[in-house]
Amino acid sequence: MIAESYALFKKDFHSELRTRYAINSLAMFIIVAISVILFSIGNETITESLTAGLFWVVIFFTAMSGLSRAFVSEEERGTTLTLQLIASPTTVFSGKLIFNLILVFCMNLVIALLYSALFEKFVVQNFPLFLLTFILGNIGLAVASTIIAAIIAKAGAKGTLYPVLSFPILLPLILTCVQLTLFSFDGTSFEEAQFELAIVVGYDVIMFTASYMLFDFIWKD
Amino acid sequence: MIWKIFLFLLLAFVSIAGIAFPIVEKPSAWYEFPFIPGLEENAKIIFFHVPTAWLTVIAFLMSTVFSFRYLRTKNLDEDAKAHSAAQLGMIFCILATVTGAVWAKFAWGQFWSWDPRQTSIFAILLIYGALFALRSSIESEDKRATLSAVYSLIAFVTVPFFIFIMPRIMKGLHPGSADDTNAGPVIDFKMNSSMQLIFFLSLIGFTILYFWMWRVGYKSIIIKDKLDKKIMNPITGQGG
Repeated sequence: MIAESYALFKKDFHSELRTRYAINSLAMFIIVAISVILFSIGNETITESLTAGLFWVVIFFTAMSGLSRAFVSEEERGTTLTLQLIASPTTVFSGKLIFNLILVFCMNLVIALLYSALFEKFVVQNFPLFLLTFILGNIGLAVASTIIAAIIAKAGAKGTLYPVLSFPILLPLILTCVQLTLFSFDGTSFEEAQFELAIVVGYDVIMFTASYMLFDFIWKD
Repeated sequence: MIWKIFLFLLLAFVSIAGIAFPIVEKPSAWYEFPFIPGLEENAKIIFFHVPTAWLTVIAFLMSTVFSFRYLRTKNLDEDAKAHSAAQLGMIFCILATVTGAVWAKFAWGQFWSWDPRQTSIFAILLIYGALFALRSSIESEDKRATLSAVYSLIAFVTVPFFIFIMPRIMKGLHPGSADDTNAGPVIDFKMNSSMQLIFFLSLIGFTILYFWMWRVGYKSIIIKDKLDKKIMNPITGQGG
């Protein structure tokens, strides 16, 4: 099953390299979103909490602009039926999830680097905490947006519906991650941030389990 | 029929008693409510705010249960039940948000202050809204039922976190939050027996009302579906 998922991921990876649609649009979206924020800030210095919030705002909207591709592209190309024939739903979901995970990690790495270069207050005091938040947050974001993307693709690929459906589901994750990012700016120790970390870990585990259990129903018509 | 009259009398009594019974320093007569410091006359909205918030959660729970049953049986009647519960949940959620905001204006000073409770009710409102947006975007009945069932199950695994855990662990203004110095829920300690009686009668009355509305709601959805099929199937001359 793992080999099959990997093969599916490789298929997506190659077709992505051929068109570079997701990478290009995500990169441009990041630049546009950050420059809009920078224009609106102007010469003012914004606080740490606002920086942490804006960091996750950009991450959320970038994810919303690019991650639905995973399943929508299959529907657009009419390859859904073929995939249903050759692979089990779990395999399909794993393959798509790996692809989205890598996409989310790349895109958020770029966002984090741009933020640390462009925002004065984006100074991480507790780097291990920031890294852990970043990794856990990305996993949760990738899992939740992959399962919602599957729903959207079956609903007829309604572009505007994607953020509408994702936002309530991602809200616990984003609120906690904003708090944790703020902690890492303040240099809060792991012991004090324990509780928020537990929430993010719990969210990831629940989302992961629920997605795998429910994907069968979405995938099979 | 008899229980409808009973329900009418019950809700009429609760509405009148909840609004009209006086709040006094030392209640002696059975119809007098105690004076609760910090709440004062605002305390009366508890008879309407808590039942609506309670029914928001009940409706959400029922919608999820029937969604789950739909996924197991693929019976569209279950989907009608889930949808009807979600519709009522949306109404009660709006009522709970509005009554809560009004109460907050007088108790905390402003309508909306992103208290953890307010954040959580807002999230539920968003989920209900997203559910209806999803439903209205899909034409096919089976697909609509399946996808909205899956979505409400996914929402259900993340939302309990909002309603039950977050408001209790975070510092907030709402009773029951982490730094609540009033020693827990108002219901147990601050109310006298007459206030508790009205409160629980109100809770029971609203719950019966909800179940009645829910039955009417899902039956009308099922009948409407049947009629639609009848109209859309003119070749055979019979209903689908």
